[in-house]
Amino acid sequence: MLTLLFDGIAYGMLLFILALGLAVTMGLMNFINLAHGAFAMAGGYILIVLMQRHGWPFLACLPVAFVVTAVAGALLERTLYRPMYGKPHLDQVLFSIGLTFMAVAAVDYLVGSSPQTVQLPGWLRTRFEIGTGHWQLGMGAYRLFIVATCVALALGLQAILGRTRFGSRLRAAVDDPRVAAGLGIPVNRVFLVTFAVGSGLAGLGGALGADILGLDPTFPLKFMVYFLIVCAVGGTSSITGPLVAALVLGIADVMGKYYVPKLGAFIVYVLMIAILLWRPQGLFVRQAGR
Amino acid sequence: MIHLHRRHLLSWCVALAAMPGAHAQSDTVKIGLILPMTGQQASTGRQIEAAVKLWQAQNGTKAGGKTVEVIFKDDAAVPDTTRRLAQELVVNDKVAVLAGFGVTPAAMATAPIATQSKTPMVVMAAATSAITEASPFIVRTSFTLPQATIGIAEWAAKNGVKKAVSLVADYGPGFDAEKFFADRFQLNGGQVLEKLRTPLRGPDFAPVLQKVRDLSPDALFVFLPSGQGAQFMKQFGERGLDKAGVRLIATGDVTDDDQLNDMGDVALGVVNSHHYSAAHNSAANKKFVDAFQAANKFRPNFMAVGGYDGMRVIYNALNATKGQGGEALLNAMKGQVFESPRGQVLIDAQTRDIVQDIYIRKVERKDGQLWNVEFDVQKAVKDPGKLK
Repeated sequence: MLTLLFDGIAYGMLLFILALGLAVTMGLMNFINLAHGAFAMAGGYILIVLMQRHGWPFLACLPVAFVVTAVAGALLERTLYRPMYGKPHLDQVLFSIGLTFMAVAAVDYLVGSSPQTVQLPGWLRTRFEIGTGHWQLGMGAYRLFIVATCVALALGLQAILGRTRFGSRLRAAVDDPRVAAGLGIPVNRVFLVTFAVGSGLAGLGGALGADILGLDPTFPLKFMVYFLIVCAVGGTSSITGPLVAALVLGIADVMGKYYVPKLGAFIVYVLMIAILLWRPQGLFVRQAGR
Repeated sequence: MIHLHRRHLLSWCVALAAMPGAHAQSDTVKIGLILPMTGQQASTGRQIEAAVKLWQAQNGTKAGGKTVEVIFKDDAAVPDTTRRLAQELVVNDKVAVLAGFGVTPAAMATAPIATQSKTPMVVMAAATSAITEASPFIVRTSFTLPQATIGIAEWAAKNGVKKAVSLVADYGPGFDAEKFFADRFQLNGGQVLEKLRTPLRGPDFAPVLQKVRDLSPDALFVFLPSGQGAQFMKQFGERGLDKAGVRLIATGDVTDDDQLNDMGDVALGVVNSHHYSAAHNSAANKKFVDAFQAANKFRPNFMAVGGYDGMRVIYNALNATKGQGGEALLNAMKGQVFESPRGQVLIDAQTRDIVQDIYIRKVERKDGQLWNVEFDVQKAVKDPGKLK
């Protein structure tokens, strides 16, 4: 029972990191980036290539995955995404899904289409067990590592957004880009950095999740629905929303597969429908602004 | 006048263009090979493609006095695509044989096309028992899940496993494996505590493995399609099931030769039953494995053997009919007996399914590599799914 709860939390945390960048671009920049999963996949493959083919240590690969995808995100924002900001949503969706298909084909060509397996270092493969019987809590070291990393990231991001000058500029730029620009805030640069960090987080999430979620070239398409559910359920105006949504979905998914295996993966969708019927705008919506 | 002239010229061009084509068709025979070369089942396609190329490299491209041309198509294991490709191959390319079929839904979707066009369809991979009943034109050279499952079910019941849990992928072959494991295991005095299924796509085994752990059976029986074994073994080890005293037994799909080496120590000692191991001890197999590894960077698995023998069945049949297709070709495929890398096999004339030996194997380390080492055998197993 507790073990399941723990697994659900780990899964949810992973979803949170993966979807956060999407929530940011969708909520803050009003841009629907369906190619978000491609950044996550890139992160996963960077980890695989560096670790398995070049023998880098696992911990060194994670920051690299973050930085490389962030830089790639920044470049793409500058060259491809920016002209799309003013376009209708349908154009944005078609454009970014096209990017996704290109990424899928490119990875297929470069690395091959078979699923990749990550060889984790030994210290992450151990397992802790506390208590016995029904209330036993068993924690895989790797899932514990994921939870810790993600909690740290969530706290850090919340602090940056809420406490720093950059955070207040970003919030201002989102609420009203024209006024913010008039006040001398470099809106374009703020968006660039935000987009890059969002992509980097996806890359980091992809690298962390490669072991649990599995990694093959169809990854962006397989998990796109989950990312979108997290954004739809959590709302896109804060960090708390996606966090809670991701946790709820992760726990519900694991519990559902355990207790009602017949319904299996469908639980997530039932839950989404129920929540959206109850709160069509998502769980957390800022009332003020706009 | 000019107009007329131009039309005249055009018709000449068409006639000229058509002639060599019509000429070529009479002495080539085409095989349409539909395989998943991309997507989750891509390893299946890669293995069979390599095996088919190896067969042609070893045996030439002539059979029954005609040149055999193989047309490769990628369906990514999506049944709609398979069906469309099969249609195109039959109508446009006029293939004499449809072959390949990585997963059951792909084979099922194509069966009506084989029936309507009277084109023999050689299933080289997909393993649900009912496939050969979907069309009288289907011949299978891989195996069936009931065939592979009963071996391990009997072995487990006779070797101290009293309570078992089964875990299968949630699709056709999985249901076959689940049913025939339970039937045969219970017949031999065992008890199945729970039958678990896991989605075919995006497998996170955490919840089901936790359930197995809480049920604490003597053994866990697993069937997963080729390609998912490594991921499963890793999570099995990480969740500490091996240390909690749950024995892992499986069909040979899980300890797939293609991935076995990546699985690590957790795979050691896993007992499973299947029709082919790259470590099978025979001269024919040694020759096959050596040639396969010389041409490719990977080890052949049971999919490769299905493809290799499929080509043999087609070549033999073409030789018998002197290159004639249709029902004559189908009839020439029935009843073939030959020595495959896996051992002696027979294409049963009644069911058009393969009859073969099923081996009980154990994963062991030899020369630094992991292999499925055979230690027991059930001779000439007919598909139990068709005995009723």
